[in-house]
Amino acid sequence: MSLWKHHSKLERHSLLLIVGILLVVSIGGLVEIAPLFWLQSTIEKVQGMRPYTPLELAGRDIYVREGCYLCHSQMIRPLRDEVERYGHYSLAAESMYDHPFQWGSKRTGPDLARVGGKYSDTWHRDHLIDPRSVVPESVMPPYKFLAEKDLDYSDIVDRLKTQRTVGVPYTPDQIANAKKDLEAQADPFSTDAVALRGRYDAKVVNRDFDGDPNKITEMDALVAYLQMLGTLVDFKSYKAQAPENQR
Amino acid sequence: MAHERETDHATGVETTGHEWDGIKELDNPLPRWWLWVWYATIAFSIAYWVAMPAWPGLHSYTKGLLNKSDRADVGKQLNALDAQRGQGAAMLRTASLEQIEKDPTLQTYAQQVGQSVFGDNCATCHGIGGTGSKGYPNLRDDVWLWGGKLEDIQYTITHGIRSGDQNARMSQMPAYGRDELLKPEQIDDLTEYVVKLSNRPADAGAVARAAPIFETQCSACHGLDGRGNQELGAPNLTDADWLYGADRASIRGQIYAGAGGVMPTWAGRLSPETIKALSVYIHANAGGQ
Repeated sequence: MSLWKHHSKLERHSLLLIVGILLVVSIGGLVEIAPLFWLQSTIEKVQGMRPYTPLELAGRDIYVREGCYLCHSQMIRPLRDEVERYGHYSLAAESMYDHPFQWGSKRTGPDLARVGGKYSDTWHRDHLIDPRSVVPESVMPPYKFLAEKDLDYSDIVDRLKTQRTVGVPYTPDQIANAKKDLEAQADPFSTDAVALRGRYDAKVVNRDFDGDPNKITEMDALVAYLQMLGTLVDFKSYKAQAPENQR
Repeated sequence: MAHERETDHATGVETTGHEWDGIKELDNPLPRWWLWVWYATIAFSIAYWVAMPAWPGLHSYTKGLLNKSDRADVGKQLNALDAQRGQGAAMLRTASLEQIEKDPTLQTYAQQVGQSVFGDNCATCHGIGGTGSKGYPNLRDDVWLWGGKLEDIQYTITHGIRSGDQNARMSQMPAYGRDELLKPEQIDDLTEYVVKLSNRPADAGAVARAAPIFETQCSACHGLDGRGNQELGAPNLTDADWLYGADRASIRGQIYAGAGGVMPTWAGRLSPETIKALSVYIHANAGGQ
């Protein structure tokens, strides 16, 4: 019982108390969070995942900047009705290159985890400029300025390097050619698109996402990002029922 | 320790023995109900650790005695849903589109499937009632860009239009103005010619000047008479239906930039049976051919 008496020491020395609190709280973090980094069963082994192309990464930064995650989730939960509506439930592997992840926690608008390829570029442009022109009941604010604003990608090489620092496996080749790759993807007639596909994936499409061939706008980047969401994983080779993929 | 405790005279309750500037703390016991609920939650958490996936280890985590898996559960639920829909889905799978449309039971079933799928996937562009808007075709009228037969509709939904799918419906109107294939004044004349095609008053001089241009540039797709060609998705220019607007500015803009809408491929997203049901739904609710 004499151990309890030592408690008064903790209560009377604030620095000691702080150290004690930190110790106790960190146990929770260590037990709950730390194992996820080494547990091999956290991230499924899938075919098709690749880091974002520079244009998609720039689009993703706009997605974060505009706070899209406040109203849109990117997380299809393993629930019957969600799978029926949005498609295959989201896998951990699908957000392994997301820093930070965009799972969100609220759906004022629909989930966007598999919105890629569901609508045309024109639709995305019309919808972002004036959501109610295509969805009359929408409460989404308009993002008209994206179509008018030039995309600032002067720091795109640094952005890729930053991603690499936090664990995204960008190759030196991808980092060195980031600016060229970004311009290639926004130009339907680019001669560098072949090299872009070689560096990322054969399925990467270069086109004029915002319908304005004269400049690369923030709309180009955001639509390029939206159009690849949820399209990477090859679900033909993914065994959803395999024991190692159960959670 | 109890022998060291002192009792507060006013309340008759023991103090904790802590003293702060002459103020002492009473040591009232916790309410019994609260304490038992607390013990119960501890017991529950231990039971939960044992029954459910809980503790992470070095290579894996404890799976729990119940072997609960949300992913396995949703797989079972989806299979159950398939079984529940099985009869209708099986009929859709084997029946031809014409058979579905002729059989009242199948027709009703397909209509209901089609309606709900349309609302979730198609209405976003074509409108809730399927009436479309500028750039997004109206599916309620009897005008069809790529054909309005059941098979045509099924093909369009499956592969899309300019969607990137290998078998997508493809065609591209040249951007006569932007790519400088025609001079601005020639485009002005052509605009008048197209206005005249749809039986509206137009500048006769411009129409006459544009006639040879229409023949060399436009008739390959839109036909000499301007009635269009569904094989190429070239619209009929003689009717009153205009995808990108009927006024002169819209027509001129279309000749200038040659817009062509994109419809995504639905083959990966919707099952073949669902696409069949959707085709029947659209065919029946529009002026299908």
